[in-house]
Amino acid sequence: MKKFLLATAATALTTGAALAGSHSEPVKIGVILGFSGPLESLAGPIGDAADVAVAEINAAGGILEGRSVEVVRGDGTCADAAAGTAAAERLVTSDGIVGMVGAMCSGTTGAILQAVSIPNGIVQISPSATSPGLSTVEDNGLFFRLAPSDARQGQLMAEIISGKGISSVALTYTNNDYGKGLADSFQAAFEEAGGSVTINAAHDEGKGDYSAEVGALASAGGEVLVVAGYSDGGGAGIIQAALDSGAFDTFVLPDGMVSTALTDRFGSDIDGSFGQLPAAAGDGASSLEALLNDAGVDGASVYAREGYDSAAVLLLAMQAAGSTDGAAVAAAVLDVANAPGEPIGPGELAKALEILAAGGDIDYVGGSDVELIGPGESGGSYREIEISGGEITTVTFH
Amino acid sequence: MDLLNAVVALLNFVIVPAVAYGSQLALGALGVTLIYGILRFSNFAHGDTMAFGAMATILATWGLQAGGVSLGPLPTALLALPVGIAATALLVLATDKLVYKFYRAQKAKPVILVIVSMGVMFVMNGLVRFIIGVDDQQFADGARFVISARDFREMTGLDEGLAIRTATVITVVVAGICVAALFWFLNHTRTGKSMRAFSDNEDLALLSGINPERVVAITWIIVAALATIAGVLYGLDKGFKPFTYFQLLLPIFAAAIVGGLGSPLGAIAGGFLIAFSEVTITYAFKKVATYVLPEALEPQGLVQLLSTDYKFAVSFAILVVVLLFRPTGLFQGKAV
Repeated sequence: MKKFLLATAATALTTGAALAGSHSEPVKIGVILGFSGPLESLAGPIGDAADVAVAEINAAGGILEGRSVEVVRGDGTCADAAAGTAAAERLVTSDGIVGMVGAMCSGTTGAILQAVSIPNGIVQISPSATSPGLSTVEDNGLFFRLAPSDARQGQLMAEIISGKGISSVALTYTNNDYGKGLADSFQAAFEEAGGSVTINAAHDEGKGDYSAEVGALASAGGEVLVVAGYSDGGGAGIIQAALDSGAFDTFVLPDGMVSTALTDRFGSDIDGSFGQLPAAAGDGASSLEALLNDAGVDGASVYAREGYDSAAVLLLAMQAAGSTDGAAVAAAVLDVANAPGEPIGPGELAKALEILAAGGDIDYVGGSDVELIGPGESGGSYREIEISGGEITTVTFH
Repeated sequence: MDLLNAVVALLNFVIVPAVAYGSQLALGALGVTLIYGILRFSNFAHGDTMAFGAMATILATWGLQAGGVSLGPLPTALLALPVGIAATALLVLATDKLVYKFYRAQKAKPVILVIVSMGVMFVMNGLVRFIIGVDDQQFADGARFVISARDFREMTGLDEGLAIRTATVITVVVAGICVAALFWFLNHTRTGKSMRAFSDNEDLALLSGINPERVVAITWIIVAALATIAGVLYGLDKGFKPFTYFQLLLPIFAAAIVGGLGSPLGAIAGGFLIAFSEVTITYAFKKVATYVLPEALEPQGLVQLLSTDYKFAVSFAILVVVLLFRPTGLFQGKAV
C-alpha cells in the first residue's frame, strides 16, 4: 500500500511537472532554408520574414496559453539533399522542434519530408518549393506549401486559353525541367478541358536560327502559339521567327516570357498576346511588404512574404489544434488557411490568436493571399496580362 | 487553289529559309575550302573569324547609325562591310604572321595545324566576347520585309502567307555576287591563277617563280572577306550572338567536305545540300499534305521525319555517309 501510494504520488508529481514544463517551455519550430548554396541570396529574407511573424506572435503572448515560440535555423543548402536532411534530423532529435518551415528547393524539401518529417510526424510547410512532383508525393497529410505548383500555372493557362474560346494551340517549350514540366501540365489540363495541342516540341536555348522549329509548329497549326521559354533566350527567337514567317501572330506567354525585354524587342507586333505570372494581388501583399520593410527585411524579395505566411500558418494551426502534435496540427492547417472564418491579414496575428483561443474560426490571408487547395498547396495568385500597344497590361488576378 | 496553298506553304517554311541558310553556309564553306586548298589544313577558327568580322561590322554600323547615315530600305551594315573586312583581314594576317607562319616554315603536318587552329579559335572566341559581350545584338535596320505574310495573303487571297525578308534577299544576292567574283578572280586573273597553281602543286608553283608568301596573304584576305560577309549576312538574317557562330562550324565543315574539300564549286553545292537536308528532314509536312491529298488520305500525325532537336544530327549523318562512300566529296576534292 505504501509502495502504491508512493508510486501514485511520484506519477502525479512527474505528470504535474511535465504539464508545468510544457506550459512554460518555449515551442520550438525549425526554419530550414538554403542559407548556403545556389539560392542563398533569397534564403536570408525568407528566414528573417519568418522571424518577424514569430516575434509578432511572441509579442501577442505566444501560443497555447502563453508558451513563447523559439526559432531554430537549419541549413537546407538546396543543392545537397543529404546535408539538408542531416540538418533537419538534428533539429528534430537534439533541438526538439515540433514543426518546420522549409525547405526552399523542391529536391531538399522532398528529401526532408521523406526522411525526417514523416517518420517523426512533424508538420512541414515550404514557402517556395514549386515542383509538380510534390503535389502527388505520399506525405501522410503532413506537408503543405505556400508556393504554387508549376502544374497549377499550366492549368490556369489552359483555363485562360479556353476562356477565350481557343480550342487548338501549338506548344513549344525550352528544353529543361521548367519548360518541360510546365508544357506537360498545360497539355494535360488543356486536353482535359477539350482543347487540342497540335504539337508539343522542345526548342534549345542559344541557337541563332529557329526557322526549322517554327516551320514544324506552323505546319502542325493551331490558333495561337504557347511559348514556355525565356524572354531573353530561345522563346524570343521562336517569336521572332514566327512573326517573320507569318506563322503565328498571337502568343501565350507564361511567367518566363513576361518581361519588358519582350515588349522592348517586339513592341506592338505581339499585341493581343496574353499570359500569366505568379503575383499576389491586393492590399495583403503591399501591407506585408511594408511591415517587413519596417522590420528591416527586404519584403519585395522573392518568397519573403511566403516565409512570413508559412511561419504564421504553422503557429496558428498549433493554436487552433490546441497542441503541438503533428497529426492534430496538420488537420488544423486547412481550417486556419482557408475560408470560412474571419480574414486575417499581415500584422493581425494577435487578433487571430484571440479568435482561435475563444474557439472561433479564422481564414488566414496574409501577404501571399493564402488559399490551400488539393493536397495542401497554394492555389497561387496569378496576374493575367495582355500585350496591348506594345505594353504589358494587367487584365485581372486569378 | 489548294495546290497553290501547298506550294506557298512549302516556299515559306522550307525553300526560302533553306536558300538563305544555304547561301550563308556556302560562303562559309568557300572560306574553309580555300584555306584547305591553298594552306592545306582545316581551319577550325573559321566560325569565330566570321563572328569577329560580324562584330567589327556591327561596331562600324553603330558608328554610322550614330552619325545619321542610312541606306534607306537596305541595312546600314552593308556600308560598314568594308570596315569589317579590313579589320578581319588585319586580324587573320596578324594571326598568320604570329602563329601559322611558324608551323608552315617547319612544314608541320596538317593535323598539327588543325590543333593550332583550334587554339586560334579559342583566342578569337574570347576576343569577340571580350569586345562585344555574349548577348544578342540586333543591328539590322531598314525595311524588314520585301513582302510580309499578311500583305501576301491580302494580295493573293490565299490562305497561306509568303514572307520574304529584306535580309533573305540581300543574303542570296550578295552571296551570288561574291561567288561570281571569286570564280572570276580565280580563273581570269594572274593572282588567281597563281593561287590555283600553288594549290595544285606547291613545289612546281615555287619553281615557276610564284611568291608563296604573297599567295598566302591574298588567300587570307579573301578568306577574311568571305568570312566577314557570311558572318554579317547570318547576323542580319538571324541576329548576332557569338555562340551561334561557333555552332555554325559543324554545318560549314559538313558542307565543305560533302562538296569536296578544296573545290569551290563543291563548297557551294555542299552548302545548299546541307541546308536543304536540315530543313526538309525536320519539317512537318502535315500542312502541305493536307492541302494536296484528298480528304480521306489526310495525315493524322505531323509527317515529320525527325524532330527539330536533331537538326545538327542531319549534318553529321550526311558527313558520315559521304566520308564512307565518297571520301573526296561530290566534286572530287582532296581526300580527307
